[in-house]
Amino acid sequence: MSDLLWWVFASLAVGGAAGTVLGRNPVASLLSLVLTFFSLAAIYILLGAHFIGALQVMVYAGAIMVLFLFVIMLLNLGHDFRPDLRKGVWLVSGFVTTGLIFYFIWRSFAGEAGLAMGTDPVLEKAAEGGNAITVIAEPLFRDFIVAFELTGILLLVAVIGAVLLAKRRV
Amino acid sequence: MHEVGALSSTAFLVSSALKVVVAFTLVLVTVAYLTLLERKVCAWMQDRLGPNRVGPKGLFQPLADGLKNILKEETLPAEVSKLFFFLAPMLSIIPALVTFAVIPVAAPLPTPWGLVDMIVADAPIGILLILALSSLGVYGIVMAGWASNNKYAFLGGMRASAQMVSYEVSLGLSLIPVFMLVGNVTLTQVVWTQQEALGLWFALPLGLSFLFFVISAFAETNRLPFDLPESEAELAAGFHTEYSAMKFSMFFITEYAHVLTTSALMATLFLGGWDIPFTNWDDMRVVAPGVVEGAAPSVLKTLATFAAFAVKTFFFVFLYIWVRWTVPRFRYDQVMHLGWKVMLPIALGYVTLMAVSILVLDAIGLEFGFVYGLILTAVNAVATVIFLWVIDRDRVISGAAARRAPRRAPTRPALVLEGEPAFGVPATEPAFVPARSE
Repeated sequence: MSDLLWWVFASLAVGGAAGTVLGRNPVASLLSLVLTFFSLAAIYILLGAHFIGALQVMVYAGAIMVLFLFVIMLLNLGHDFRPDLRKGVWLVSGFVTTGLIFYFIWRSFAGEAGLAMGTDPVLEKAAEGGNAITVIAEPLFRDFIVAFELTGILLLVAVIGAVLLAKRRV
Repeated sequence: MHEVGALSSTAFLVSSALKVVVAFTLVLVTVAYLTLLERKVCAWMQDRLGPNRVGPKGLFQPLADGLKNILKEETLPAEVSKLFFFLAPMLSIIPALVTFAVIPVAAPLPTPWGLVDMIVADAPIGILLILALSSLGVYGIVMAGWASNNKYAFLGGMRASAQMVSYEVSLGLSLIPVFMLVGNVTLTQVVWTQQEALGLWFALPLGLSFLFFVISAFAETNRLPFDLPESEAELAAGFHTEYSAMKFSMFFITEYAHVLTTSALMATLFLGGWDIPFTNWDDMRVVAPGVVEGAAPSVLKTLATFAAFAVKTFFFVFLYIWVRWTVPRFRYDQVMHLGWKVMLPIALGYVTLMAVSILVLDAIGLEFGFVYGLILTAVNAVATVIFLWVIDRDRVISGAAARRAPRRAPTRPALVLEGEPAFGVPATEPAFVPARSE
């Protein structure tokens, strides 16, 4: 059952990603990207990471993508468009990006410090105990608290910068 | 501890399938009758009779409406994006119907095959699943607005996306104090904390959270006074202007399904869920498959607790309808103002206040129980009074009367932005009416 679901969502994720890149219409591209995010969330949940799955949908599919959609519609970009890159540039950048992505996949799952695919025992135990959040919260707010707070400050700086750049007179 | 026996895996599959079918049917039938309830309550409030032609007292009206919508001609306006036009109603109805799955509706039911939880799916992420799915609901509306190729529909879709993103923030923030008290996000645990561990419904120790949740839920469901996406006075019918027959009906069903789900959610989070007040007769929770802590489960208890849950849910459904026929619609800038400049900062401050209170109570070593809840209730009462005092100074949701002063003066701009002193001042206050230029 899990395997079957994995295949369904994996193909949906890949199909959505392809639709995002190949689509001619920005709104259609964006909705394909939402499909990809949703399928990724489903895959996280299949792996036992319920909390990450919920966050993926809530933050990426539910909030950030809605903002993207809002901007596309607000600026009236919802028409079909032609690619503004020339063919040679397309090919080179495509090959470089693809190569990098495959390198990272190899680093993560093959190489010397490779991770095994499958359900994480910690997450599985947490799911059985009925508390999916403690597993995330404890390391985040105890072991990595400095990094966590720094990320918060970084995001705050980014927000302030965006407001300052967009709005000349504050 | 009461050992009832766990379900075998076959029995679990059968019971889950049964629960899905029953819950789905129950929600759809209830939603159909909510439309009748809305019209009846509206008629009652306006001293009319309401629908009373089809069947006794108009009871078959939803059936007639459904039949009409199925038989009606589907219109397809010129130059719509066909795929998205068809997809939009489906995308909005699915999240609305699925979210009911994680709400526990009654005490666990003992059967000859083992103990059956009265919840379709006790997911470990509980309410986060509801938040995640309901945040997807906006795509249906935005897509409908965009695909219709109609400027009114488009404006409705734009408003929906901005409004739902804005109020999702305060919706999430109003839930954080609940999580801090419960220590988990599953709704079964939320119910148990309210009925036994704390012994108080969260409406008391987390009163301001309750208020914020109700306001944000009204905004998220696009019900009056927040129905800007379809405000028929300005936008024809908003995002569903171009929809007809069953596709329109699906948007209609979505709205009422959201009303039902959020009402059930408010009852579960803040009014104890299926708990019957002032008695420990029904207080139980499942600690392991087939093992119950607290009172012994019985069929009677399941029925009684389901009735309690239904009463609480319908209280909120009635509140929705009551508010709809009482309060007029906000202006759009007022909606944004309320969301970002009032709800967000106050909700953030409130989360901090509750965190500090809980930390202090834990630090002085008070046991988590009834007294703990009473102290939090006292803290909340103070916070709520302060909040209402701020709201009541006519600064937040100023009516048209508060703006009369600047409009009379020709030297001032017609729209006075927030922060200007004239914003919250009654029209008769002479200090802010500038001298006429002549």
